[in-house]
Amino acid sequence: MRAGWSYVGRRALFALITILVAISLNFVLFRLAPGDRTSALRCQGCTQEFKAQVRAEFGLDRSVPEQYLVYVKETATGNLGRSFVTQQPVLAELWKPVRNTIPMVLLGTLFAISLGLTLGVVSAWRRGTITDRTSVWSGLLLYSLPTQWLALMLIFYAAGPLGLPTSDIADPYLAYENPGWWPELVDRLQHMVLPAATIGLVLFGEYTLITRSSMLEALGEDYILTARAKGLSNWQIVRRHALRNSLLPIVTLIFLSLGFILGGAILIETVFNYPGIGLQLYESVTERDYPMLQGGFLLLTVSVILMNFLADLLYFRLDPRVTE
Amino acid sequence: MSPQELAEAIIPATADTRRRPPVWRFLKGHPQAAIGAAILIVFALIAILGPWIAPYGPREQVGPIFGTPSNPHPLGLDDAGIDILSLLIHGARITLIVGFTGALVAVLVGGTIGIISGYFGGRLDNLLMRVTDYFLVLPDLVLLIVVASIWGRSLRNIIIIIGLVYWTFMARLIRSQVKVVRERAYVKRAQALGASHLRIILRHVLPQVLPLILAQTVLMVALAIFLETAISFLGLGDPNAPSWGRMIENGFDRSAISYGAWWAIVPPGLAVAIVIMAFNMLGTAAEDALNPRLKVSHLLRRHFRMRPLPDKDAAR
Repeated sequence: MRAGWSYVGRRALFALITILVAISLNFVLFRLAPGDRTSALRCQGCTQEFKAQVRAEFGLDRSVPEQYLVYVKETATGNLGRSFVTQQPVLAELWKPVRNTIPMVLLGTLFAISLGLTLGVVSAWRRGTITDRTSVWSGLLLYSLPTQWLALMLIFYAAGPLGLPTSDIADPYLAYENPGWWPELVDRLQHMVLPAATIGLVLFGEYTLITRSSMLEALGEDYILTARAKGLSNWQIVRRHALRNSLLPIVTLIFLSLGFILGGAILIETVFNYPGIGLQLYESVTERDYPMLQGGFLLLTVSVILMNFLADLLYFRLDPRVTE
Repeated sequence: MSPQELAEAIIPATADTRRRPPVWRFLKGHPQAAIGAAILIVFALIAILGPWIAPYGPREQVGPIFGTPSNPHPLGLDDAGIDILSLLIHGARITLIVGFTGALVAVLVGGTIGIISGYFGGRLDNLLMRVTDYFLVLPDLVLLIVVASIWGRSLRNIIIIIGLVYWTFMARLIRSQVKVVRERAYVKRAQALGASHLRIILRHVLPQVLPLILAQTVLMVALAIFLETAISFLGLGDPNAPSWGRMIENGFDRSAISYGAWWAIVPPGLAVAIVIMAFNMLGTAAEDALNPRLKVSHLLRRHFRMRPLPDKDAAR
């Protein structure tokens, strides 16, 4: 057990250092930007004195290592600066869209996990049959579609027949009628269906293919042969021996992608005009709102790192061998 | 029956394919890969011959805004009255160039780091792998947006960014392969004979990992094209290069949806999907062929063999 705790400690340390590296990278990336904050303020008529004052305000007149230390300290205390556009603190501005994104992403991911895992296992079990070929080809196809294009296709061909809204997070007129929580919830869910479906379909292809190949690898192992020789039924072999072992890479993948799709949802949210973190970043790009971009990048990186850490912990639960 | 005839009767397949190059045998054994390769050849030809076979220029206004698909313009016109089919043909070159060069950057950087790290091992390996780990957890799309919005919109930047995002996968994969090859007896013998590190890497290690590198490169091109469409869609693509990604963005941006002009969005997306799928078909088939562990399934009777046997075609 002690080996286990040292493993967890190592992973936690790694996560911490990675976050620090991400913070530093963030610092470097935005120092490489052409011009400094005074040119980002976009004031042509500013005097030199005013520019110098702004530089002093942002601490830009100090040496780079000094600036870096100040920056790290500010970031550690949760102060990510103020948005150029709204003049509000970045963290608060980021939190609202993140709250909108999370349920949508979770819905899509749950759909993808349940369907992708099932189809992947069935497909590996019935390798070479029609079922297998159909699921491999549909997986490959979905995996190959550009995300934003799939979203647009859903708007073109699915939104109309299904009567689903294609833009925004809620019906703006509904709030005036004060209909109570149930119709509002239904309205929210309706707005969530298409974005979530896009995420689900994109991930579903990937999950199916990975589960299948991971299962196939496990099914070729000698312990499956042993299990067969013992006279276990196919179902028992799959459930107790093959699935248990092939789940490891799949779990890692799912957790990793959970972190990534928060950022990846940017394409989907842009298409559906869904006010989540992705759309917020997209708008920050078009507005050249560097503090927001910087904060968003940091937030998403940290979420990936945390998911990674969670995957490590889960791995530890699922497979005691990893500590060695 | 002479011994010669007898041998041919028993092993007709090997007699037939013995003199064929390994690539040919691979394509023959994997119809999925063959279809993928055929599709890619067609698109490569379109990309090369683009300016000569496109009916109109990429900026030439030839009809009304969002003109419907009709006889002279089978795929209709876009928001500036430009022929979509011509745009598609011109865009093939840009999209494929970005895909290939982006993947190439990733493979060169990742491959070099992977080989150095795996071959020399020790502290250097440790250091390089830590760096790789850090890059691996950065959310690629977001990193890309940040870098693209800071550096500005150009094809060169997009290619560099794609390389920057994907070299890590390559480095990790190749490192693990090189580590295995390094321990083989013939590498030890070459070392004992006094061969230089460079010679061992080039003559003994690289040929062994090359098939895997190629398979991964193919998959990486698909990812690179995918990323290009994503960057373009977010308005960070090269404004002067009408790639397929830019076509989708343009259609979306100029509200082709409310016009009901599906022809401005469906064809470029379909083209991207077909090319990416072709790369994926080729790449996954190659990956499967290179992974002997996938050959055997103990659940199926007809796959019943004692141990996973390395496939001769794949090992080549």
